[in-house]
Amino acid sequence: MTTAESTPDSTALDTTWEIVIGLEVHCELATATKLFCGCANRFGSEANTQVCPVCLGLPGSLPVLNRRAVELAIRIGRSLHCEIRPSTFHRKNYFYPDMPKDYQVSQYDKPINVDGYLELPSGKRIGVERAHIEEDTGKTTHIGGGGRINDADHSLVDYNRAGVPLVEIVSRPDLRGAEEARAYVSELRAILVASGASDGRMEEGSLRVDANISVRPAGTTAFGTRCEVKNLNSLRSLGRAIDHEAERQIALLEGGGRVVQETRHWNEGEGRTSSMRSKEEAYDYRYFSEPDLVPLEPDEAFIAEATAGMALMPAARRRRLSALISGDGDAPLPTSAVEQVATLVDLGLDDLVVAAVGLGADSRLALARGANEAAQSAEEARHLDAAVFAELLGLEATGKLSSTQSKTVLAELLERGGEPEEIARRLGFEALSEDDLGVVLDSVIAANPAEWERYVGGEDKVAQLLTGQVMKATKGRANGKAVAAALAERRG
Amino acid sequence: MSGPTSQGTASDPSSMPETAIEIAARVRAGEVSARSVVEATFARIGAHEAEIHAFTTLTGEQALAAADEVDRKVAAGEDPGPLAGVPIALKDNLCTRGVTTTCSSKILEHWVPPYDATVVRRLARAGAIAVGKTNLDEFAMGSSTESSAFGPTRNPWDLTKVPGGSSGGSAAAVAAGFVPLALGSDTGGSIRQPAALCGVVGVKPTYGVVSRYGLIAFASSLDQIGPFATTVSDAAALLESIGGHDARDSTSLAVAAPRCSEVLGDGVEGLRVGVIGDFLNDASPDCSSAVRAAAEVLAAAGAKVDDVSIPELLHGLSAYYLIAPAEASSNLARYDGVRYGLRVDGPDVETMNARTRAAGFGPEVKRRIMLGTYVLSAGYYDAYYAQAQRVRTLVARAFARAYGQFDVLLAPTTPSVAFDLGAKTSDPLEMYLADLFTIPSNLAGHPAMTVPFALGEGGLPVGVQIFAPALGEREMFRAGVVVEAGADPAASGPVPMGSVDTGAAGGVR
Amino acid sequence: MPEDLSAETVAHVARLARLELTPEESETYASQLSAILEHVEAVRKLDTTGVPETSHALDLRNVLRPDDLATSLTPEDVLSGAPAVEDGRFLVPRILGEAP
Repeated sequence: MTTAESTPDSTALDTTWEIVIGLEVHCELATATKLFCGCANRFGSEANTQVCPVCLGLPGSLPVLNRRAVELAIRIGRSLHCEIRPSTFHRKNYFYPDMPKDYQVSQYDKPINVDGYLELPSGKRIGVERAHIEEDTGKTTHIGGGGRINDADHSLVDYNRAGVPLVEIVSRPDLRGAEEARAYVSELRAILVASGASDGRMEEGSLRVDANISVRPAGTTAFGTRCEVKNLNSLRSLGRAIDHEAERQIALLEGGGRVVQETRHWNEGEGRTSSMRSKEEAYDYRYFSEPDLVPLEPDEAFIAEATAGMALMPAARRRRLSALISGDGDAPLPTSAVEQVATLVDLGLDDLVVAAVGLGADSRLALARGANEAAQSAEEARHLDAAVFAELLGLEATGKLSSTQSKTVLAELLERGGEPEEIARRLGFEALSEDDLGVVLDSVIAANPAEWERYVGGEDKVAQLLTGQVMKATKGRANGKAVAAALAERRG
Repeated sequence: MSGPTSQGTASDPSSMPETAIEIAARVRAGEVSARSVVEATFARIGAHEAEIHAFTTLTGEQALAAADEVDRKVAAGEDPGPLAGVPIALKDNLCTRGVTTTCSSKILEHWVPPYDATVVRRLARAGAIAVGKTNLDEFAMGSSTESSAFGPTRNPWDLTKVPGGSSGGSAAAVAAGFVPLALGSDTGGSIRQPAALCGVVGVKPTYGVVSRYGLIAFASSLDQIGPFATTVSDAAALLESIGGHDARDSTSLAVAAPRCSEVLGDGVEGLRVGVIGDFLNDASPDCSSAVRAAAEVLAAAGAKVDDVSIPELLHGLSAYYLIAPAEASSNLARYDGVRYGLRVDGPDVETMNARTRAAGFGPEVKRRIMLGTYVLSAGYYDAYYAQAQRVRTLVARAFARAYGQFDVLLAPTTPSVAFDLGAKTSDPLEMYLADLFTIPSNLAGHPAMTVPFALGEGGLPVGVQIFAPALGEREMFRAGVVVEAGADPAASGPVPMGSVDTGAAGGVR
Repeated sequence: MPEDLSAETVAHVARLARLELTPEESETYASQLSAILEHVEAVRKLDTTGVPETSHALDLRNVLRPDDLATSLTPEDVLSGAPAVEDGRFLVPRILGEAP
């Protein structure tokens, strides 16, 4: 089913249509050097300063495969539950100024990773058809005509990026709607960063997304004609492009027309896709086996070494934390808790919570303080000592600090460090003693005689009001549970 | 330390130079200076290059500087290398830093590589002295050097004949006595065929034994760099200097250079030699009788010689003319006028590309690019390219069966002696047939060498080809040196160029 | 036996190969290529059932290099052969379309 909430300016989509999406994500690998040569794999350098005969494709040059790129490609395959297979390289032949050899070395019918899946936070599995190795192209800048390719006067080419290692991850068309597509890219990015394969910087082009979008009447199984929208480089663009393209196709079909299979360009400024100057038929790349490279057959030992020490993947982290929260119970976590778990994992704070619970902290409390408060200063929270966090949580759990006080101490810990008890003392947050509490209780009872009578008479609800009065009088220093206990005791 | 040398002086350029091994020994011993060797070399070149046109570029200054460095090392007691002071010519598809590398094509006419091919660096380490770049068929596509954009090379034995191709310039440079050594490249016979037509030794090593880094690619799965020399032992020495694993070439075998010099005295006692009968039928009488005679030489030396039939090898030609152009069409795509080489302007980049390539490539290159693009294209890939790769397997298997019974095989190198300039240029297919006997080794990745053996029709040299299985260079050279010993000395270059006037060579015609 | 390559086919192949041909060249190549293809017909007819393709003569596998930095060319060397340069980059005339 479709949703349109992500884009305020789009019209509500007809709920009888289903948007079907497959995504191709190009991930730049976080290697030190390029795929086939020792030039630096680094973003943002001055033009043509990271180029050699190999990546410039000079006559006579030859490629030699980067071991680390293969290791990272294997890590990606493992983290997407792919089968890791013997593979070969092929040449994809076409002319374009950013292509030094006018062919791209890629993998065609024998890619390294096949038949995997990605698990969304919602639990839905999206099929991953393949994740193969290929080389990146140079970068063209169009001069004149507002920088758009069609109106340019000429173009300039920088080959620093040519030869940077890529893994292209191709999903099956299992995604439904823009939200799910965004969730897929978000989760994939987290996986790629967790596996060490990528730095995840979409703004630097580390991750580039092409979307294959089609629509069909909900409930049918045949696929509609799809269009490809290339080079979507932010989650926002991805969502907007999908919604607009789906609208376009639906309008076409509802008007009796048909969707033409083509590649379309997303115009961020205008907020729409437009047809590129390309033929309806597929380009003939004349793939053939790359004679300058030999086949790749990583054995068990190679794969084991490549994946050794790989961090836990986000899905596994969510499972780990959820299990901790739900304890021995079988009942699924409430939605709010599920969201909190996802937030913590997303921000890299799950380790903190898991460790704190391991040191005895209450899991629900740790979850709450972690996801609600610590998450506000995620960068600092990632450096927070789990033992310190556990200590603070203990103070709150035993009533020595109120929830309000606990949050304040936490903020102080994150900003300036220190120790929970010391901070509490400094801020005057020592818990009210029993005697002090009794004195306040006396004055509140005296000030609210009617309400006290009703409470003593059995109206438990009044306790809330009385508690509120006590909190007000103590300026939040009283611990809610302690007050409730004191009231109950006083009543007898 | 210079002085008169037996390799001739500027005033007598017709006297024949020594072998590379002899030159190196004398330079290393300080008996003769590298500088004087180089000076004499350029004198010889200067006297006859106009007739031959073996070179596209001469590197006089760099050669003298390199010679001086060799002499300095000798004087200082440092090791100047096994080929110290030996002048060598390099086919102009080998990248030489700072020296134009043109592939005899207009599209690279002024291109100066910023790097050296691995073999060029290894030669420098060995003390050899590159004196120039030699002419070739454009982008190594051809069998006569006539498709060079800068004019053909002439056969030193008879200036009206082709030297063969594509490494015609290198073959001629050695055959004319300009240099004792040259490097060429062999994709379907481009070292062996011109070597045979020019009466010199030519070797294609096992695929992967010599690094291709810096060799401008024609057909990557077939190309190999190899030596030209006047003697088998010189060829062995050159191969030793350039061969062996190179980390810059992924298709380079993890082996050291084959040490063939040390087996040259081993003889061929008990060596099993198979004469490929199928080829003899397709060769001219002089070429096939040379093979029979060479077989007898080997038998007399103790080899066990027998006939063998390997008809599958004859399919190699067709498979080659599908595979090689296909790979070439991809390898030559990079010549698009964007980064280097010729550019012919256009209103947009696509037009610029197309016009540049139209102006920069000659007809043979265009023909092969078109053919290669076609056989790879959708709908034709399986019937043509994939089928050719399957036939390639058949050829390899046929060889493997033969090597179950034999150690080396004997065959003609070429179907005939050198043909007239212009005789085959109007029919591409006719030209392609020149490679019939050389192509199978490239398809299988096996080594093969040609040894000048006899004079054939018109007094032109005939070479005999020896095949060996992969990494069988040592057996191949053992047989080669015995064949050489039994050859007609008149059939072997260098040709005394001093006696060459308009059309005669070395008392031949 | 394949027919002569049609003019459309030759034009299509020339486009793929980015070669601008004159009408005479197109005609010449059509007949020359047809002749060559006819000659290699014999190969097409060979029985190769069950025979694998050879894409590499050698039996090498897993040739890898360590992820170590090497010296790149200077920008001067990179641009040394460039027909046109602007702003340290290779200049090309306007590009008509996106990459295929």
